[in-house]
Amino acid sequence: MIASLIIVFREVFEAGLIVGIVLAVTRTVAQRNLWIGGGVLAGVLAACVVAAFAGALSNLFAGMGQEVFNAFILIIAVVMLTWHNVWMARHGKELAGELRAAGQAVVEGSKSLFALAVVVGVAVLREGSEVVLFLYGVIAGGDSGVGVAIGGFLGLLLGVMVCLLTYLGLVRIPTRALFAATTVLIALLAAGMAAQAAAFLERANWVTALDNVVWDSGWLLSDSSLLGKALHTLIGYTDQPTVMQLTVYLAILLITFVLMRLYGAPAQATAPARR
Amino acid sequence: MSISQMSSKVTSLAVVALLSVVATGAARAQSATEIQLSYKDKKFDPAEISAPANTPIVIKLKNNDGKAMEFESKTLKVEKIIAAGADATINVRAQKPGRYEFFDEYNEKTARGALVVK
Repeated sequence: MIASLIIVFREVFEAGLIVGIVLAVTRTVAQRNLWIGGGVLAGVLAACVVAAFAGALSNLFAGMGQEVFNAFILIIAVVMLTWHNVWMARHGKELAGELRAAGQAVVEGSKSLFALAVVVGVAVLREGSEVVLFLYGVIAGGDSGVGVAIGGFLGLLLGVMVCLLTYLGLVRIPTRALFAATTVLIALLAAGMAAQAAAFLERANWVTALDNVVWDSGWLLSDSSLLGKALHTLIGYTDQPTVMQLTVYLAILLITFVLMRLYGAPAQATAPARR
Repeated sequence: MSISQMSSKVTSLAVVALLSVVATGAARAQSATEIQLSYKDKKFDPAEISAPANTPIVIKLKNNDGKAMEFESKTLKVEKIIAAGADATINVRAQKPGRYEFFDEYNEKTARGALVVK
């Protein structure tokens, strides 16, 4: 029972963190529960589908199907997160300000909500398929199904707690500061996911350039410890990054920064103030 | 017009760059050490495998069990789900000499093995 609790908790932990952040980011947006709930539900369903076809998926791309699939869905999440940040740089003020209730803002807001719902779905899908396979194996094997089921349920509950704590921690930040904080948080989240995608492509041998390990900080903080894992999810910490992973990480941060500058604040709003 | 031409040039350049990366990947994979491994009833066979240092390693793992397993090694940075009765290829980057433990994440306590790099 304890073993299944730990396994399930370990998998839902990462998804819990991401859902918590997305909930805090969208705090002021109408209809956000519907979108994010939809994202979680779609993620769970997709996880079941992926688990059912795990064997077939692995055999794609000369046995590297899992790695390529993971890299692909991570890249989707990176695009969605970056797009959200750029979009918020342009429309964030309208959403937070008096226009919040206006019909237009709600329509516009749902575009960004869609992007974040995809991110939530991807997070749940990635972790969920492993849980589904594990629980299925247990049920199929028939060994002490009840204890494992209880353990799995408790693990899931703990994951939901992580989500709640992340959310409650973030919403303590005043709204104005929250926007800046979550922008940074999402940029780091996206950069970390992009580096993870690079790691998957390296494992698949699709990317082999710049594969030297830059540093090994495993003695200081292992990325498989709980804190290391949390930092891995939040800012992409890994104890043995390759040059490629580091390059991709920094590139995403730079791209986000440049895009936010280019498409961010409408020019006419800031121009007259500078004199 | 000129912008679209330029962007198509950039795209084709990117494709060429990507292809060359993939091509070098395929060439490099050939020099890797290949190791056969099988899994059944919470046991790896053999439980200890070895490989030379500083060369990429390819582990061919056959899951002879009736359940899916997840091959994982924290030190080797590998994590892979292998369906019941399925084969899997696991690419491991070149390693320094040492002992690297791996396990089935679904049975972490009992189902363990190690790769010794010399």
